[in-house]
Amino acid sequence: MRNIHTVVPACLANVTKAYDGNVVALREVSLDIHPGELTALLGPNGAGKTTAVKLLLGLAAPTSGIARVFNADPRDSANRARTGAMLQVARVPETLRVREHIDLFSAYYPDPLPREQVIAAAGLAGIESKKFGELSGGQKQRVLFALAICGNPDLLILDEPTVGLDVEARRALWTQIRGFVERGKSILLTTHYLEEADALADRVVVIDRGRIIAEGSPADIKAHAAGKRIRVRTRLTVAEVRALPQVTTATNGGASIEITTSSSDEVIRTLLSRDPSLADIEIHSAGLEEAFLAMTSGANK
Amino acid sequence: MNMLRIHLLEAKYEFLKVMRVPGFVVPTVLFPLIFYVFFGVALGHQRIPGSVMLGQYLIATYGTFGVIGVSLFGFGVYVAVERGQGWLQVKRTTPMPISAYFVAKMIMAMLFSAIILLGLFALGAVSGNGVIPIMALLKLMAVLIPGAITFCAAGLAVGYFAGPNSASGIVNLIYIPMSFLSGLWIPIWVLPRPIQTIALFLPGFHLSQIALGVIGAGRGGSMLSHVIFLIVATTIFLAIAYAGYRRDEGKMYG
Repeated sequence: MRNIHTVVPACLANVTKAYDGNVVALREVSLDIHPGELTALLGPNGAGKTTAVKLLLGLAAPTSGIARVFNADPRDSANRARTGAMLQVARVPETLRVREHIDLFSAYYPDPLPREQVIAAAGLAGIESKKFGELSGGQKQRVLFALAICGNPDLLILDEPTVGLDVEARRALWTQIRGFVERGKSILLTTHYLEEADALADRVVVIDRGRIIAEGSPADIKAHAAGKRIRVRTRLTVAEVRALPQVTTATNGGASIEITTSSSDEVIRTLLSRDPSLADIEIHSAGLEEAFLAMTSGANK
Repeated sequence: MNMLRIHLLEAKYEFLKVMRVPGFVVPTVLFPLIFYVFFGVALGHQRIPGSVMLGQYLIATYGTFGVIGVSLFGFGVYVAVERGQGWLQVKRTTPMPISAYFVAKMIMAMLFSAIILLGLFALGAVSGNGVIPIMALLKLMAVLIPGAITFCAAGLAVGYFAGPNSASGIVNLIYIPMSFLSGLWIPIWVLPRPIQTIALFLPGFHLSQIALGVIGAGRGGSMLSHVIFLIVATTIFLAIAYAGYRRDEGKMYG
């Protein structure tokens, strides 16, 4: 068997990272990337995702704790050859063509993928001769993805690969990422979209304010985040609504009442039976922020 | 050999990258040629007493001006932008040897230097006011192209301290006054005495004196003193750049 399946591709062990202004980006974080799996590091902006990525890529060193890639220092040159990365980059040289960017990056690696394969895997067919500056947002992200995979890495680290993309471009990139998972590669992907973690990950690690607050399969995490927010106009008082089964919270929102619940269907049925004049019903999925709040408050209890 | 291939490919794409940016090519390559047309072609038929024709003299000084420009901009602006906007970090996640990044920029600056010198040579020859022998052109290349190293080092120092948006302004603030005060636009002996004294402390002056020396238009001073000045200046610039590099690393690894 190839040893990528026996060695842990990447891990952080008890890592704390403080930047010089005493900003603590990570607090005693332990994170394992399992071989052959896609691990999603899910969290809101500023949670410490990019810091975790930088530590695993050897672009930063932990203040305390250990970052290891293939059981060695992430800065090891052998590790650089086995790891591909897609970072959030403000600006990429715009006057080089897609093909030229890929040719140059491929030359860095001892055993690169053939160019045609990279272009197919990143969905770049037909735009190889365009200059980077002429591409759409989605195409630019796919080029950065191509640069991450062109060395045929065993470990792929993608930092918010679909941020700022529209739904179509996001789904296209998901398809490319899935293709790479199917080749048995290990992937760490950071995202602040629960939907993205759900669509791609074998395992989700939730991070908030520098701490890991939950870890599990996408189904586990979704169960935490499955709450709904309802807004209705009703004759019932806030206190009456709050007393109903399945209602987590109820607050007065001007002319209407705002309710959070784990089962919107049941709450709506009950409300209608109590108040046939119920009006202006709005139901929203609780955002990830609410899910994080639920998880953190759960952790504090 | 693979390492050699990486360095050459990096240099090739560095050259293509900047060649396609008019904002780089126009000020660094075209300005020396345009200035030469204004002064070298228009006034070049005058003979400098006891020396060469003005048109020949100005090939050396505008050549120096051009070499300094591509080196300062190629390093100062691009290192600041690529470092400050994340591209250098992307490259550092790859197995690219960091030397390839710097060597590529140096080769790029030297190629553009050669192009500028060929352009000046052609303008001088076509106008008839600045004809220099091929041998003189080769000698100019032999001193000015290695001379680019000093200004690559100066650019690197700027690139490691300047922000991505301010780098271009800072480079211009160094490039334009230093070129004038070094006597690269108007011959040094035409400039007032105080400026001639200031020039003694500017690397642009010393490189231009070496260039003028090889075409027989020098002031007769010791070539070695100019070379030593440039070596010392290069060392200082590299030390500043290294301090900036350490500062960056400290931010990342501290």
